[in-house]
Amino acid sequence: MAKKKTIRTIPQARTPMPEQAPRARARNFGEVACGYTLENALVEAERCLQCPDQPCVRGCPVGIDIPSFIAKIAERNHRGAYDVITDTNLLPAVCGRVCPQESQCEGVCTVGDTLEPVAIGRLERFVGDMAIREGWINLPYVEPTGFRVGIVGSGPAGMACAADMAKAGCEVVVYEALHEPGGVLKYGIPDFRLPNEVIDVEIDKLRRLGVRFECNTLVGRLFTIEQMIAEMGFDAVFIGTGAGYPSFMGIPGESLNGVLSANELLTRCNLMRARDFPSFDTPLMPGRRVVVIGAGNTAMDALRVSLRLGAEQAICVYRRSRAEAPARAEEIHHAGEEGVAFRWLTSPVEVLGDAQKRVRGLRCQAMELGEPDASGRRRPVPVPGSEFEIECDSVVYAIGTNANPIVGQTSKLRLDRRGYIETDDDLATSILGVYAGGDIVTGAATVIEAMGAGRRAARSMKAYLGLRDSDVVFAESAPYEARRFGFPPGERGHARLRLA
Amino acid sequence: MSPDSGESFEIVAREDYSDVTFMLDIRHPAMARAAKAGQFVIVMEHAQGERIPLTLADFDPARGTITLVIQAVGKTTREMQRNCLAGTTLHAVVGPMGIPSHVGSAGKVLCVGGGLGVAPVFPQARAHARNGATVIGVLGFRNRDAMFWEDRFRGVCDELIVCTDDGSAGLKGLVTRGMEQALAAHPDIDECIAIGPPVMMKACAEVTRPRRIRTVVSLNPVMVDGTGMCGGCRVKIGEGVKFACVDGPDFDAHEVDFDDLMARLARFRPAEGEALRKWEESCRLGAAQPASGERY
Ligand SMILES: Cc1cc2nc3c(=O)[nH]c(=O)nc-3n(C[C@H](O)[C@H](O)[C@H](O)COP(=O)(O)OP(=O)(O)OC[C@H]3O[C@@H](n4cnc5c(N)ncnc54)[C@H](O)[C@@H]3O)c2cc1C
Ligand code: SF4
Ligand code: FES
Repeated sequence: MAKKKTIRTIPQARTPMPEQAPRARARNFGEVACGYTLENALVEAERCLQCPDQPCVRGCPVGIDIPSFIAKIAERNHRGAYDVITDTNLLPAVCGRVCPQESQCEGVCTVGDTLEPVAIGRLERFVGDMAIREGWINLPYVEPTGFRVGIVGSGPAGMACAADMAKAGCEVVVYEALHEPGGVLKYGIPDFRLPNEVIDVEIDKLRRLGVRFECNTLVGRLFTIEQMIAEMGFDAVFIGTGAGYPSFMGIPGESLNGVLSANELLTRCNLMRARDFPSFDTPLMPGRRVVVIGAGNTAMDALRVSLRLGAEQAICVYRRSRAEAPARAEEIHHAGEEGVAFRWLTSPVEVLGDAQKRVRGLRCQAMELGEPDASGRRRPVPVPGSEFEIECDSVVYAIGTNANPIVGQTSKLRLDRRGYIETDDDLATSILGVYAGGDIVTGAATVIEAMGAGRRAARSMKAYLGLRDSDVVFAESAPYEARRFGFPPGERGHARLRLA
Repeated sequence: MSPDSGESFEIVAREDYSDVTFMLDIRHPAMARAAKAGQFVIVMEHAQGERIPLTLADFDPARGTITLVIQAVGKTTREMQRNCLAGTTLHAVVGPMGIPSHVGSAGKVLCVGGGLGVAPVFPQARAHARNGATVIGVLGFRNRDAMFWEDRFRGVCDELIVCTDDGSAGLKGLVTRGMEQALAAHPDIDECIAIGPPVMMKACAEVTRPRRIRTVVSLNPVMVDGTGMCGGCRVKIGEGVKFACVDGPDFDAHEVDFDDLMARLARFRPAEGEALRKWEESCRLGAAQPASGERY
């Protein structure tokens, strides 16, 4: 196989992603990026140089063996590629769509030094989608250990932890406050980026691993974390309740009608299907001219959802410049194509209202970039005398979130200064047997980091319960099926796993 | 408590108090054990429904039930009035939500409930009574026919004043009249709890403000998740902004900006009106099912 590939012999251009045309897609909720065809994937897989030093693997938060799965695609061994990815990543179809690849694997890809980097994310999604279509699932034979593990929150962190603990032979129950599992993947990220069916398939796989989902369960209030350990018979607990509690700026006019958080807009639209009102009962009343404050993924989602709900104009207001915008590059690009207007270096100072207490505009001021701040980004400073108004009837805040307070309010868990759960390097909290990870520990981050945290916590929980640590998965000497599921078969005192 | 455990949220009893007010007892043993006065639940009647917050009117750990008293005013509650019969199930019930009411060492407490606030103030009255406080109840109804739970309140209140808008029972007038009467007879009231429509709570706050009596109200803004995630339920309290679902629902009445609350409650009124009209039309047409035809 392609041993003599060089930067000069590989296909030079990155294979474009087939997409819905911008004009059409800006009015529907169908997926924007349609996914690689088999031909697309084969061409793109040829672009991988199979670098011996594998910079991409180090760039991946969970260390997917990227060259090896790409090689499998090139060999047309798609099932093999799926097996390689799912060694480390539970959700290829999800991560292929939503990871910020440009700042992870693709950002350090060798090909990217000269040409455009290998489209690792698109290839990963190709494999994930094929697995869904073909119904592939790696269901191990799991010998029950008798341990019971409770997981709080069904976002990517909770899902990843649940999968690992179930594979280790534990009885796993996932508690979710909302009426459907999936966390941000379900209520936040819209269908045109990540269809709900993709998440449902992944949840269903977890069910087949034996994981039980208990929705409509608000942990902390229905029962506490302490009760889970002391009274409900859980040997270990993982908390992955995510960041919630959207921030507002505290400028005048924020309680006017027409001001809302991106989380509210997205939850009404995605989870509650307000876009199908009145067939579904949840109302939304989308604006005709919508201003979204912020330039992260959440902001891009809010802008693009607004267009799809019928807004004539969707305007992004961000106080720094495009270079500092935290959203995935592709999302900003897609938003622009769909007709979103960007007002970079602009900061709101007041939401303006009419006599009915409805939004009629947003007063802003221009900013310029000054000295770098603590985050290393140049600090925006207001330009004196630069105030101006943007006419609009809806203002959506997407400027970040604070820690969800419920678990903190109801347990003795140690929190940090900002209200996030404090953990050590093993993701252990201040209560014995209780671990935490994802946005509730780090603050708003990414899907893959939350998933990585769920898996890291699972490793610690297995150690705590005296189960064999799954690092063995990666040991070269382990037999193949043990590599995949974590345990050399037959090892004493540990879960024994083999393919069913 | 979800499809996975095979449990459902069964309505075990229903009682109608008037043409708009009805009570549901729902089987939920874990919540019946965990619930405390002042907390609320979020209910979804069916899979296409909206999530609506309802304050817990009662909970019985022995029977394993929670009690909700609902006023059929909008589309969802009207639909619930029609569909939620004993033996049927609800799509989702989650709770108990919110910070439980603070039941402190107050010696004499005034509990005021008006309209849809009558039932939610009951657990608070009972909690204070169990705590050894002297409890004076003031209940407000439209008229004699709309009255309910007088007996339950008599069971926990040392004194009960009923007010009706038309004077068909008790005092004629609003609950504020009842409050004035109670405050005149008991100048030593330490604390007041008022639950009802925002206008009523606002008026109650003005009755106690000059007397500097600590007054707590339970706020009912529009909610979606009830977990602090959407900020739809934010309310202005003093100089700050709070999320009623996780920072409340109880707040100091003298700090609450009621005008802001009322304006924000009207946020979806046009859409709500549209939904209700469509629904009524589908009922008038004799359709057994709502317009979409794809429910249930
Ligand atoms: C609109 C939006 C777009 C995004 N886009 C991207 C993207 O493109 N790429 C990317 O990598 N990241 C993106 N992110 C960030 C990413 O989604 C999060 O970092 C990730 O989902 C965090 O996962 P988590 O498991 O920690 O928490 P969450 O996904 O937030 O899940 C937490 C779950 O816990 C539940 N819960 C909370 N409290 C309780 C309780 N007391 N009891 C029971 N359950 C509870 C919640 O209801 C929720 O379902 C986006 C986020 C948003 C909001
Ligand atoms: S860095 Fe790029 S070219 Fe090298 S192995 Fe990884 S994906 Fe292939
Ligand atoms: S209802 Fe969403 S934050 Fe309170």
